[in-house]
Formats: sequence, structure tokens, C-alpha cells
Amino acid sequence: MNTPDSEGRMSTTLLRGEFDNPLLREYFLDQAFDEMFTLEGSIRPHYSALLRMISGLPREELQRRKHSADVSFLMQGITFTVYGREEGTERIFPYDLIPRLVTGEEWDVIERGLTQRITALNLFLHDVYHDGKVLAQGVIPREIVYSCQHFRRQMRGLQVPRNVYVAIAGTDLLRLKTGEYVVLEDNLRVPSGVSYMLTNRRIMKRTLPHLFHSYGVRPIEHYTQALLSTLRSIAPEGRPEPSIVLLTPGVYNSAYFEHTYLARQMGIELVEGRDLVIHDNVVYMRTTGGLKRVDVIYRRVDDDFIDPLAFRTDSILGAAGLFNAYRAGNLTLANAFGTGVADDKALYAYVPAIIRYYLGEDPIINNVETYLMTEKSQRQHTLANLDKLVVKAVGESGGYGMLIGPHSSVADREEFRRRIEANPRNYIAQPTLDFSRSPCLLEDGSIEPRHVDLRPYILFGDKVTIVPGGLTRVALRKGSLVVNSSQGGGSKDTWVLG
Amino acid sequence: MLSRVADSLYWTSRYLERAEHTARVVDINMGLMLDKSEVSEERRWKRVLAALGHPRDIEWNDDVYVLVHTLCFDTSNGASVTACVFSARENARQIREAISTEQWQRLNRLFHEISRLRPPSPSDTQLSEFLPALYDGVHLFQGVTDTTLSHGEGWQFLQVGRFLERATATTKLLDIYQREVFANVDDTVDAYEYLEWIGLLRTCTAFEAYCKVYTADLTYERILEFLLLDPEFPHSIRYSIDRLHRSLDAIQQESHGHHATELMRVSGKLQASLGYGQISEILGQDPARYLRRILEQCRQIHDLIYEVYIQYSVQTALAL
Repeated sequence: MNTPDSEGRMSTTLLRGEFDNPLLREYFLDQAFDEMFTLEGSIRPHYSALLRMISGLPREELQRRKHSADVSFLMQGITFTVYGREEGTERIFPYDLIPRLVTGEEWDVIERGLTQRITALNLFLHDVYHDGKVLAQGVIPREIVYSCQHFRRQMRGLQVPRNVYVAIAGTDLLRLKTGEYVVLEDNLRVPSGVSYMLTNRRIMKRTLPHLFHSYGVRPIEHYTQALLSTLRSIAPEGRPEPSIVLLTPGVYNSAYFEHTYLARQMGIELVEGRDLVIHDNVVYMRTTGGLKRVDVIYRRVDDDFIDPLAFRTDSILGAAGLFNAYRAGNLTLANAFGTGVADDKALYAYVPAIIRYYLGEDPIINNVETYLMTEKSQRQHTLANLDKLVVKAVGESGGYGMLIGPHSSVADREEFRRRIEANPRNYIAQPTLDFSRSPCLLEDGSIEPRHVDLRPYILFGDKVTIVPGGLTRVALRKGSLVVNSSQGGGSKDTWVLG
Repeated sequence: MLSRVADSLYWTSRYLERAEHTARVVDINMGLMLDKSEVSEERRWKRVLAALGHPRDIEWNDDVYVLVHTLCFDTSNGASVTACVFSARENARQIREAISTEQWQRLNRLFHEISRLRPPSPSDTQLSEFLPALYDGVHLFQGVTDTTLSHGEGWQFLQVGRFLERATATTKLLDIYQREVFANVDDTVDAYEYLEWIGLLRTCTAFEAYCKVYTADLTYERILEFLLLDPEFPHSIRYSIDRLHRSLDAIQQESHGHHATELMRVSGKLQASLGYGQISEILGQDPARYLRRILEQCRQIHDLIYEVYIQYSVQTALAL
């Protein structure tokens, strides 16, 4: 029943019992992996109870539940402000009511793969900031590391507790057409979004309680407790009852909701730079009972802004003298300074080599094929195929500084060609991936597939903890491949089964 | 507790108390204005502005509805009811982790309701939905605060803000009534005066409570006595100062009271003066001066709270 549609894609009519389901009239399948249906149009077994339940509800009922979930987000203040309008116009982050399901077997592989990856990356960071063996032996070219804008020479020779550089990571996974999960990028500086994972779950439990119960979903609610014990495990030596705080840039930061949420759930103080005072290389916070010592800072402020004496002098978000206190060993920062060298998009291409070098194992989760613009042959290949590839600036995140070849204009491509030739170190290219799609509920109550990724959150302290699930981000616009919330993306709850 | 957090808690409840008080003053005077009255509109609304402490940039310009709109809805004016609710929420938003989820949701809901009920222009001014929504929202916030937040230091700072604001506002109100309404009282009270006096009591939600103590027999001395010195009525100045002092005491104990001696002395002195004061004595001397001294002491308490808990110098703190 395969017929090419207007764009030349193969679309498949749904067969095997679902063709008369009115909710699925617009559902389409093609080469991209569909989370709910096989390419032949039969439903994957773990989705059948979900589809049956949703199809069994009257449309109005589903929309009513969606509405009451919306109101709940709004009233909890899980919103962002729409700029340029009068006060009171706050929007919720879009989210989708249909959960993404991940089987227990799939998850176990993901968990092992991410554990392997974070372990190797921490060993790599320690090596780079100490002996540099990996560079001396030519596994990683020196220029890739030293030319990275997030490399911090101030960290050379500095001992960090338990050698933990990256305590908190959020790794973006995609699913290829074979169904294989691959890593798209590692976020090793200040990854965000975990509060959406936790609040999505709470709303879903309230919205579809029976369905949730019937699926036997693995819990994620212990995340904040695990985060707290991770932070405690990396406190400076000799501080058995460490005082832990979360440092936020403040109320105008777009992730401020998350900072307050995590601080509250952990029962720790949420501080701003102006609450901190550094005296004799010891950090204090200003309290109503006088100055109180701080031992561990879970910082949500970028390296550049954290200490005007050590980094950007014009920053008012940090606290002067913080880096000296850190260097003196009186303070732990999570994540450490300089972790950005390991999530640089050019270094990413070497992560499989890093895993092999430090652990002597093959990577459990593969990378996406990546072309380095510093390599002549790979650059030439990229420039000849700009209309088919995705080009990314190495230091950017959030979907900025990116060229998506198939969706670009001639002018865009010329612009990127010029930029790549001017500064090859700053760009990488990857094939345009037709990554997996998951069923989503549209405004009119029907169901259509949309592209999704998955960001699990990894904690690395005295042990590795990955709560089962993560944030599934959705490109809500039809055909769009961009899942970032700044560009029309939304999210949905992720249920790890069994 | 972080000094910044204490500061925001204090202002969250001060702003909410101010929003409620301003709304009630407007509400009662809108009602009184409808009856035939000996008080001209101009005199009434100028009195309202004085009772609110002459908020900056608000003048009487011969249009009640423009003034009411400014006092209730104008967010460019920091003293308006809406602006106070917005400021309370903005303060609470900066200390999300220090208040309970229920408190935040309640306040956030009030914010959204108030935003929805704001009329676009003075000609559409409609208070019949706005005012009840506001009263309910503030009261629910207080209820949720009492049942969901630990009654520790943070809760005490909320009490301090609320009762200091209430004491100040009630004193200002009495001060203007004392000068304008009570100044030329003789023995016979006519219907017009009676209405104004009920208005004063209602502004403090005190009419029913007053009647339970003195019956509906209104006299100038009794009204003053009730609003100034009643030990049990939550809007009386004495009650407010009692609660303020008690909370300051609890904060001193919890934060191991570095350098709070002067603060405790000033608030204790004010508490004693109200606790042991007699209305005949106050009226026999100079009631206007008595009220002004209360205001002066409230200001001093505010300054000392800042000096002791919020803006102390690092040198002093390190020396301890």
C-alpha cells in the first residue's frame, strides 16, 4: 500500500486494525523510525494499551484534560515571559500529553552506554588538566583541545575532589531509522531541563492516572535526592556536614523556575552572586544570623560569569574571589570549571576514541557521523554537499548557529561556506538525520507523528545515577527537525517500562 | 536564612497588606459617595489620598473614576492595588524555594485573576468582581501561609511585614480622621457623621467586632479606643504591634540575635506604650502627636530591621 506522496516520500496507509481509527487519519509513516508503528503499519506491542485508551476517550475529554494540565502549568508559574508585551502575558512551555515509551531492554543499553561515556569523559578531563597523556600519545590532536574556547588554563594541575569534573550531565540522544540510539551531543557545562522532566511526570500522573498505573513505569522522583547526595559526595575534604547551595544568575534567567524548583526539592539555599562574600579564600553567604560558610556550589552560572576577578570582569552574576577559594580547596563547584572542553562539538568526534583509550572498551552507544572542518578531505566533502548536511558552530547550543542543508537557501549556504573557510576550527558537519518520530496530540484532537529526541540526566559522584527516563523534546511543527524550546519545540513525558 | 530572602518575604506580605488596605479604602469611600453627604467629593477623595499617605504622582483632578482607576489598576503607579499585587508576586518569585508551593500557586493565581479583571480604561472601571477577587486572594494566601509554611524564621518575617504595614496604615487612617472628622465633634451625632464613622470602622473590617464590644452605639472615644488599644481585634494598632514584637522576638532567638538589642528596645517600648495606655489619657493630652509618634517608631523599626538583618556591613559580621 506504499505510494509516494507529493514530496516523494513513501507514505504508508495504516493497516492491521487501525485504518478506521478516526484519530489517526493524518498519521503518516516513512523511512524515519516511528515510535508507535512498525514500517509495515502494525502497532508496536508496548504502545497498544496507550492507543486503545486514548482512542476510547471522547475527544472533548482528552482536550478537557489537556486544558486542565495547561492551567496547572500556568498556576504553578512554569512559564516564560513573552517579551515586548504588557505584564501578565506569560506562556507555558508547550508539552504533549501522549507519553513516549521506552522499553526496559532499550533503557538498560542506554544506561550502560551513558555510564561508560561519562566515566571516560571525566577521566579525559582529569588527564587534559594534568599529565596530558592522551595528547602526548596523539589520540587527540593538541590543537583541538588548546584552541577550544572553553579550555581553561587556570585549571592546569588543580586537584578537584574525587576527580569529578562533570557531576551533572544531560546527553542528547536520537534514534536512527534502524531504531538504534545514538548520541547527538553531550552537555557537560550547565545542562538544563530536568525540572521539566519532573513536572511533566507529576502532571501526567494526575492527567492519566489509570494508564500510568497499568504501565508499571519506573519512577524518577528520586532525582533531586540523588543530586543532593552526588553534591555531598564531592564536598571538600574535612567538611563532613557540607553546606550546599545552588547559585543562580537570578530571576531574569530563563531557567530560573528550574533553579528554584531544584533548590526547594533538595532543601538547599538558592543564592545569587550578591548573597556571597569571600574572605580569606572562604566563601560565605549573607544570612539574617550573620555570615555562614558555603562548601559546595551547584552553579547554574557559566564559567565566564562566575568570578569577575578570574574571568569576565564585567560580570555582576558571580562573586569576586570565588575562583581563589576554589583553587585553595575550600570550595567545590559542580560542574568544575573548564568542562566545556569535553562537550566541544569538534572534540565530540573523538569521544569513541576517548572511550577506547581510557576504558579499553568499544562505545556502547555510537556517535553520529561527524566531519571535522579542520581535516582537508572532510571539509571538501562538506563544502560540496552543503545542501544535504547539517553544519554547526562548535561552541553554540540551543539550536543557534546552525545550517540545516535541505531546508536552507542558496544565500544561507554561501554564508556558511564563507564562515567555514574563514574559521574551519569553529564548525563541524553531520548528515541530516531523519530521526525518530513519536505520536503527538494536535490542537484538533487528532494524532500525528513528530520528531523527538531524548535527554537523560546523568549524575556522577561517588557513583553514577541515571534516573530512568529524561526529557523527550518534540519538534511540534510538522516536518521540523528542531526540538529546542526557543524554536518551536515542546516536550513530553518519557516512560521507561518494566 | 539568607538576608535577601528575608527582605523579599518582608516585602511580599507588606505589599499584599497594602493592596488589601488600599482596596478597602477605595471600596468603602465609593460606597459612601453614593449616599447624599455633607462631604464634597473633593474633600472625600483628598482625605482618601491622605489616608494612603499621599502616594507619589497621584493627585485629585475632579474625576472620581480616573482616581479610582489610578488607585486600583494603574501599574505605572507603584501604590496602586494591582501594582502592589504584582510587586508581591515579583518578590515571591525571587524566593520560590523559601515559600511553599501552595503559597506560590495561590499568589500566582491571584496575579492572573487580577490581570484578567483589569479594565482597559477608567470609563469601564468595574470593581464588583475585582475587589472580592482581591480580598479572597489575599485571605487565601494568608490561610495557606499559616497551614503550609513552617512557623520558623521565614514565616515570622512574613508576619513582621504584614503587621508593620497594618499598624502604619491604620495609624495614618486614624490620624486623618482625627484631624478631619473628629476634630469638631459635639454631643449630637447626625446621620451623615454616623455614616462616616461606620466607614472608618469598615475600612478596618472593624464594624462587627466593634459592635460586639460596644454595641452599635458609636462614639468618638470608643472608636479611637477600639482601633488603637483593643488587645484582641486583629486590625487594631495594639494587636498589630503585639504581633510585630512577638515575631521580632522569635527572629532574634532563631538567628541568635546578633546586635538586635536596639531593635527590641524600640519595638518593646512601643508595645508597652500601647499595652498600658488609656484612651482618656491619650485624648487628654495630644492625640495627633500620639499617632505621629507611633508612625515615627514604626519607621524606626523598619530601619533597624534592615540594619540588623539585611544590610549589615561585612566587617561587623566578621568581627563577631
